[in-house]
Amino acid sequence: MFTVLMYVVAFGFLILSFLKDKKKTAMALKKAWKSFENILPQFLSILVIIGIMLAVLSPEVISGLIGEKSGWLGMLMASLVGSVTLIPGFVAFPLASALLKSGAGFMQIAVFISTLMMVGIVTIPLEIKYFGKKAAILRNSLAFVFSFIVAIVIGVVLR
Amino acid sequence: MKRLLKRYKYFWGLMIINIIVYALYPSVGQKSIDITWSNAVEMLSVIPPIFILLGLLDVWVQRETMIKFMGEESGILGVLIAFFLGSAAAGPLYAAFPIAGVLLKKGSKFSNVLIFIGAWSTTKIPMLLFEASSMGWKFTLTRFVINIPIIILIAYITGKLLNEREKQYIYEQVHVE
Repeated sequence: MFTVLMYVVAFGFLILSFLKDKKKTAMALKKAWKSFENILPQFLSILVIIGIMLAVLSPEVISGLIGEKSGWLGMLMASLVGSVTLIPGFVAFPLASALLKSGAGFMQIAVFISTLMMVGIVTIPLEIKYFGKKAAILRNSLAFVFSFIVAIVIGVVLR
Repeated sequence: MKRLLKRYKYFWGLMIINIIVYALYPSVGQKSIDITWSNAVEMLSVIPPIFILLGLLDVWVQRETMIKFMGEESGILGVLIAFFLGSAAAGPLYAAFPIAGVLLKKGSKFSNVLIFIGAWSTTKIPMLLFEASSMGWKFTLTRFVINIPIIILIAYITGKLLNEREKQYIYEQVHVE
């Protein structure tokens, strides 16, 4: 549904742009294509890595890794799995919800979701391309550390 | 042809790994190919509008305008715009980096671009709705509220830990693209 909205917005602006200036619009589309083509090799690599990774780290395996373990060890495990995997939200949230039902704690799940979203080991080469090595590593490390703070707060609130 | 081979060398390498996995563990290999394919389809359906908007942004928004709204002196307004742009988006985080590149190129403040990335990764509105439906509103809202200051903190700490020369280098790199 939201994707449809994105298309409507993008094409709305595109038409508006075309009506105002055809040349500029052609240039915009050219730039769109160029920026896409520019990172296509990385995109494709990321897709294959995610494929291999999710085939090995299936929901069952992830459940095994995070599921029963509790406490700090469980959180550490959850954060590592969250950092290296790249699971789309529509798979991750039902998985997280199932993990909760099967006995994982809120803190473990929160750290898993936070690292999943904010820390991207697989996408770091792409991030470095735009932000440089230092900034990319800093952002990911900070996000990793702060994921634990998010988890602790959630653990306290949802106790 | 040779250029394509070289440019996509990691991709080809990974495909070969996938084929080896397929030969050794057919079920895992098959699953991996299925997941890659469905993700590729998903990506190709989500990404076109993002890049069209990127192109339009690049062509229509002038550097001066961007500096005024998201540049060094933009203050709280820049932070709010960064949050809005990131949260209103749809698509995987890796699609946000090229847009971040354009924002940098147009003169956005470094920390604002990092806030944009943070918002895109964590406070995306369509994602929140989905999260609430499977995790409940209490979990979702708590995470959302605590993440706002954290996104800002990550952006500022990262910005502070880079010296001027390093930041300058990042801005120059983006210009070359």
